[in-house]
Amino acid sequence: MSREAILSQVRTALGRKSGQPVPPPPAWPLQPGSMDTPARIELFTSRLEALNGKVRRVPSTQDAAAVVSEILAGRDAVAAQTAFLEACGVSAIPGVLWGVTDPAQWRQACATASVGITSASYGIADTGTLVTIAGPSEPRLASLLPPVHIAVIPAASILCSLDELFLTVPEPAKLSSSMVLITGPSRTADIEQILVRGVHGPGEIHVVIVEG
Amino acid sequence: MKNNGIAETVSNANLQLAIYTATGRLITKRQTAVADAVLPNYQELRSVANEIKRHTIDHLDHYLEQFEAAVQSHGGKVVYCQNGTDVADFVLGLAKERGAHLVVKSKSMTTEEVDLNERLEHHELEAVETDLGEYILQLAHQRPYHIVAPALHMTRYDVADVFTETLGVQRETEPENQTKIARSVLRQKFLDAGIGITGANFLVADSGAVVVVENEGNARLSSSAPRIHIAIAGIEKMIPRATDLAVFLKLLGRSATGQPLTVYTSFLSGPRRGGDIDGPDEFYVVLLNNGRTRLLADAEKRESLYCIRCGACLNHCPVYRKIGGHNYPWVYSGPIGAIITPQFHGVGKDPWLPFASSLCGACAEVCPVKIDIPKILLALRSEVKQSAAGRSRVEKASFQVFAWVMVHPRIFSWLGAMAARLAPRPAGGAWLKKLPRAFAAPPLAKWLSQRDLPPPAPKSFRQLWKERQGK
Repeated sequence: MSREAILSQVRTALGRKSGQPVPPPPAWPLQPGSMDTPARIELFTSRLEALNGKVRRVPSTQDAAAVVSEILAGRDAVAAQTAFLEACGVSAIPGVLWGVTDPAQWRQACATASVGITSASYGIADTGTLVTIAGPSEPRLASLLPPVHIAVIPAASILCSLDELFLTVPEPAKLSSSMVLITGPSRTADIEQILVRGVHGPGEIHVVIVEG
Repeated sequence: MKNNGIAETVSNANLQLAIYTATGRLITKRQTAVADAVLPNYQELRSVANEIKRHTIDHLDHYLEQFEAAVQSHGGKVVYCQNGTDVADFVLGLAKERGAHLVVKSKSMTTEEVDLNERLEHHELEAVETDLGEYILQLAHQRPYHIVAPALHMTRYDVADVFTETLGVQRETEPENQTKIARSVLRQKFLDAGIGITGANFLVADSGAVVVVENEGNARLSSSAPRIHIAIAGIEKMIPRATDLAVFLKLLGRSATGQPLTVYTSFLSGPRRGGDIDGPDEFYVVLLNNGRTRLLADAEKRESLYCIRCGACLNHCPVYRKIGGHNYPWVYSGPIGAIITPQFHGVGKDPWLPFASSLCGACAEVCPVKIDIPKILLALRSEVKQSAAGRSRVEKASFQVFAWVMVHPRIFSWLGAMAARLAPRPAGGAWLKKLPRAFAAPPLAKWLSQRDLPPPAPKSFRQLWKERQGK
């Protein structure tokens, strides 16, 4: 009822008729990325470090697990189950919970784990951002509930800018019901504008860039 | 007009310092973030954002229908609501049907606008604000002081008082520890809640998606931990395409807090999909009218609906920076509040509001979607003057006399000469300092209490000009 009333009020206010054609919205050309991979890695690193994120680079997938273990430093972790993380040997790290498929068990594990390990679909160099597109192997809560987040990403997935992201993924809803851009650790400045990290999401974020 | 509140705010030195420091910091951060060196096409982005908003608002019916169809195609549901009662009825009905007893909420001005928390709690459905600032305010029973920084006016000691009184925790004055207290209380709420409510910074028509930007992670938690996610947004939050976010996201964070991107930007287009092991099972988008179609009907002031609620106009407004957020009559404060409140409530309700501005234009200069706020203030002033609330015979007659004098040069110069002769001349060409008792009526005396008048010039400009021509 409200639907018809509101739509009709909108049309009356605008002097439009139902189904009246609409001209195309104003065009704004998105800029394609121009940097090469080493430059992207450099920029991504400096931007994320400026936000107090930590970045580590490893030459190949074989070297990733050792660095992740080092960051874990014995803490327990839950991991998303992407093929890339498996190739990086994350599934075999002691203390990493791998292979949970039951939703209730997964949620419980994320709520109690010290660290969440994920991959990301893309990085954005310009802002030091991780782009996570949720799916069966990349759930939402691993990068959100634990106080520490480790993301392992291939260097090739780092895009230059927000423009390049929307050139690459112009219709995110076709891929997933959730695309989240993560730019640094969770933070607030609600009390006297004093910066405090880790208010609801992870206060610590590590990105391991796999170059090989 | 809440004269008392304004006088109290202006004479409270600590509060003045808090407002000035916070808004001043936000001004600097914004300036750095939109500087040429980091965002060379900032002005172009503003123009295109304005054009996209104009296009969307001018064809809003089309985009609402497109949005609705897209939400449905991904298994979500759109609920149109005329007002706060409709919204509360929907949430309460759904909570009852699904057996939900607790709602977690992330920051949303739209839900503040319809007093959603009070409405839900009136029917014994607990609704907890989870943004740190909003949580503090909910515990303190206050409304937001600022669109973006809701607890801007409170000190850590105020927060300590609120926490000790309401949560029964030991007194804690360090913001970091205070944040930890809030985190641990709210973490359990997120896990227990049956429904999560968020606002939406944008509604994306081609995707049927809501976009929520935030720094804390509470909006992510509200939208992905509970079984049901409800996003509540005004119908004007629409943009046509996901790709338009490349324009708007660059402007929003920078204008609000000086961040190129906020920590989290969630693009949410429905319930969890096949094979997902987390995310909500149900996804609803409440599209709220609450008077927006009335604003839409006024082509001249329609641009008020382009607002993306960044708060930059508040930070830059000399009036907001003096009187703060709680002296505005509604939840929307500052210049944007001054133009939308009279349009939502009618100019008769708070006829002083469009006049509470020096028309300095700072708001329009920093608005990321280029809303011409001063122009709308002037239009509203004219409406007030034509309404019963603002009509004044004395004022009207004065302006008629003024207009008559201004079109009669001889009378004008004669009056000028008379005024110069009659004006008091303190010795030695000093400034006026104070009025002779005969003129010390309240408006003039009040005006002079903060300023002074220079001594009248011995010769008028016209006289000087005439002499010059004669040479």
